[in-house]
Amino acid sequence: MNITLLDLQTYWWLLVSVIGALFVFMTFVQGGQTLLYTLGRTEDERDLLINSLGRKWELTFTTLVMFGGALFAAFPLFYAVSFGGAYFVWMAILFCFIIQAVAYEYRKKPDNLYGEKFYERLLYINGSLGIFLIGVALATLFSGGNFIVNSMHYSMWTKPTYGLEALANPFNVAFGLMLVFLSRVQAALYFFNSVNEASIIKRVKNVVKINFLLFLPLFLYVVAVILFSDGLIYDPVTKVVSVESMKFLHLFLDLPFLLVLFLIGVLTLLYGVYKALFKNSQKAIFLTSFGTVLTVTIVLFILGVHNSVFYPSLVDIQSSLTIQNSSGSFYTLSVMSVVSLLVPVVLAYVFVVWRAMDAKKITIDEIKSDPHHY
Amino acid sequence: MEHSDLLVDWSRAQFALTALYHWLFVPLTLGLTFIIAIMETIYVKTGDEKWKTITKYWMGLLAINFAIGLATGIIMEFEFGTNWSNYSWIVGDIFGAPLAIEGLMAFFMESTFFAVMFFGWDKVSKKMHLTSTWLVAIGSNLSALWILLANGWMQHPVGMHFNPDTARNEMQDFSAIFFNPTGVSKFLHTISSGYVLASLFVIGISAWYLLKKREIQFARRSILVAASFGLITSLFMLTTGDEAAHQVALTQPMKLAAMEGLYKGEERAGIVAIGLLDTSKEIGDTLEPFVFSFEIPSALSFLGYHNFNAFVPGIDDLVYGNKKHNIMSVSEKMTQGKIALHALKLYKEYKKQNNMPQAAEALKLFEAHEKYMGYGYLKNAKDAVPSVALSFYSFHTMVGLGTWFILLFILVLYFTMINEMHNKKWLLYLSLFTIPLGYVAQECGWITAEAGRQPWAIQDLLPVGMATSNVATTSVMITFWLFAILFTGLLIAEVKIMLKQIKIGPEEH
Repeated sequence: MNITLLDLQTYWWLLVSVIGALFVFMTFVQGGQTLLYTLGRTEDERDLLINSLGRKWELTFTTLVMFGGALFAAFPLFYAVSFGGAYFVWMAILFCFIIQAVAYEYRKKPDNLYGEKFYERLLYINGSLGIFLIGVALATLFSGGNFIVNSMHYSMWTKPTYGLEALANPFNVAFGLMLVFLSRVQAALYFFNSVNEASIIKRVKNVVKINFLLFLPLFLYVVAVILFSDGLIYDPVTKVVSVESMKFLHLFLDLPFLLVLFLIGVLTLLYGVYKALFKNSQKAIFLTSFGTVLTVTIVLFILGVHNSVFYPSLVDIQSSLTIQNSSGSFYTLSVMSVVSLLVPVVLAYVFVVWRAMDAKKITIDEIKSDPHHY
Repeated sequence: MEHSDLLVDWSRAQFALTALYHWLFVPLTLGLTFIIAIMETIYVKTGDEKWKTITKYWMGLLAINFAIGLATGIIMEFEFGTNWSNYSWIVGDIFGAPLAIEGLMAFFMESTFFAVMFFGWDKVSKKMHLTSTWLVAIGSNLSALWILLANGWMQHPVGMHFNPDTARNEMQDFSAIFFNPTGVSKFLHTISSGYVLASLFVIGISAWYLLKKREIQFARRSILVAASFGLITSLFMLTTGDEAAHQVALTQPMKLAAMEGLYKGEERAGIVAIGLLDTSKEIGDTLEPFVFSFEIPSALSFLGYHNFNAFVPGIDDLVYGNKKHNIMSVSEKMTQGKIALHALKLYKEYKKQNNMPQAAEALKLFEAHEKYMGYGYLKNAKDAVPSVALSFYSFHTMVGLGTWFILLFILVLYFTMINEMHNKKWLLYLSLFTIPLGYVAQECGWITAEAGRQPWAIQDLLPVGMATSNVATTSVMITFWLFAILFTGLLIAEVKIMLKQIKIGPEEH
């Protein structure tokens, strides 16, 4: 079997999609950061919540870094065009994550200069604004950006707002808000499973309910827009990009297995929420997480198959990015594909360690007895 | 697409600012993780709970440092896209891979086992915990490996070719990049400097306890581990530094000349041990470069080429050429580079018109002059010279301080061995005041490496002026100041928290 460049590009787009989906799943950490005062009424309760998240936040952070690294290595033109163009959006996202990294460690430390509340606010900003903006940035993969790429592959953004103009598009905003509410649903379900404190547990379900009801209409709207609006498609031979109506609906009908996977993902997510709300299942987080990862993987993956454009240009559609015109070379993608065989190894040890650390639910007593707690 | 000088300056300023801040925290992590792993190993071997206290105490300080290291680190990766987008395209095919591998191999290892190291004392077995601590140390050093190989590649690009169709450099030989001598020596020199800094940190803080007559046993044991580790690794740092300088001589002669303030090349060139540069000195004039200087004869020839009689080219030789030593002038390289760029443009145009014979002709012309393509972007031959003052002073500060650290380790280890360290107040004070000097040396090292290779983002291939993103200068100015304010605010908090933890001490910790 001969592996073609397109095979490698598709493989790497799939990997990027999976890493992106794992990141969205891991944003339960961010969702949790916005629920400190909703779920925790006393200082002990809040400490418990923070420590429960505090053993996971670095993984989310690392997954985001990995997402960026994979994009850079596999699709460097996207890295150049989007990061260098939608400058303020990405910078704002980065600031939201910079402040997260110190907040856990410094919040409770004596002499921390700004006080405990300040660091909690940083966590809140990271969990709300940070996730919202990431959602907006991901949404532009469908809705496009204002850029031109010339024949030397130098790129240029045409709006002086450098990416912030994306906030004027309701689809982008809905996408961002959708991720925020999803992360909060996931966070509540995570606490449901990992925290052993009755007062917190009894507040969890209400949080799941409210945030899920906010999430659902946004989700349906986003899916409807993706399926029924015009999309861009490129000719595999001439590479010319053109507009096709209901592009992604056609894609799903032509590739029904992707549609089936997408529906399995969505239904598993819904079933998980149902189990938590009506069957009191503390393990619901496993269902919703699986559903989230599968759904987001498919949503991102469809941008890279079936001659789709994964980053449309709003000013010059021929500048739009596809996995074919933006990727690394055959050699580089091959080398990295060999390295990617490490992915299952990494997932395996993360899983083993996670299990060992989470074998027992976390309690207030445990935190009080550990001088190293957050 | 040429950018305004102002945009280039601000983009560089922002990268320098974020890199220098990030580097305040990385070396301590690189070294302290190993020191902690050694301490915990002693604990597990001896079962002595006091060693556990010692381990946990230094771990606490590591966590404070680690958090801000992550905070300042995430921006570094993304800045290549946000502020150096042309760079990202032109070399992304080579540069992206080590970054991605770094994330996959190292960052996950670090972050996963970091959680075990901190919260796993009662959750996993002693052995598993110790393994986790070692894995954090290995993981953090692995991440340094990949990013420094990437940096080494920028200093000495190997293993790739320029593809005229995509207008970028593409990877051809991964092992050449992995075994790039510049990258390997940079990695070894950098991590060993991190070990040295961490040793200075542990010795300095322990010395403070001894001065205060507190935590005597804790401090003595910490000093013993750190001074042994520091002395061994500082000797390693010395040899890797020698190798790094040798590589600079071979691949970046202009940088070496600037580091030494050498304008007129010579055989048996000496090293200026101490010197004050004459600020009115210009390239090509007859002024002496130094107001005063103390020189070690023939040392530079030996350092650079491992031969006391070797000729070391000076800045003037490199700018104006030197027939005798077969050095091409910058203006000749610029001429060749401009021909290459023009031929590339022609090639693209003919190809668009489907005029294949002409395109092939243009391609041939391009390939004949490709080697100096980067010089085609320069406007003035003198632009090929980095700031001599910055390179010279930062290099000499680093070397001078590095020498002092080795001496300090010897003294501390000696007096610890004869059980006199706690009585030597002068040495305790010296140890304490050497902590900030360790950081100064670290930053000077990076300034030498990065300022010294200007104007190149990629040596001889891509000047910084061609590498930046097409964003408005004001946008970069805004983010520059935001970073400056945020990082400074976080740094002050970090130092305050750290000092408080040191004051609290290990017993109540």
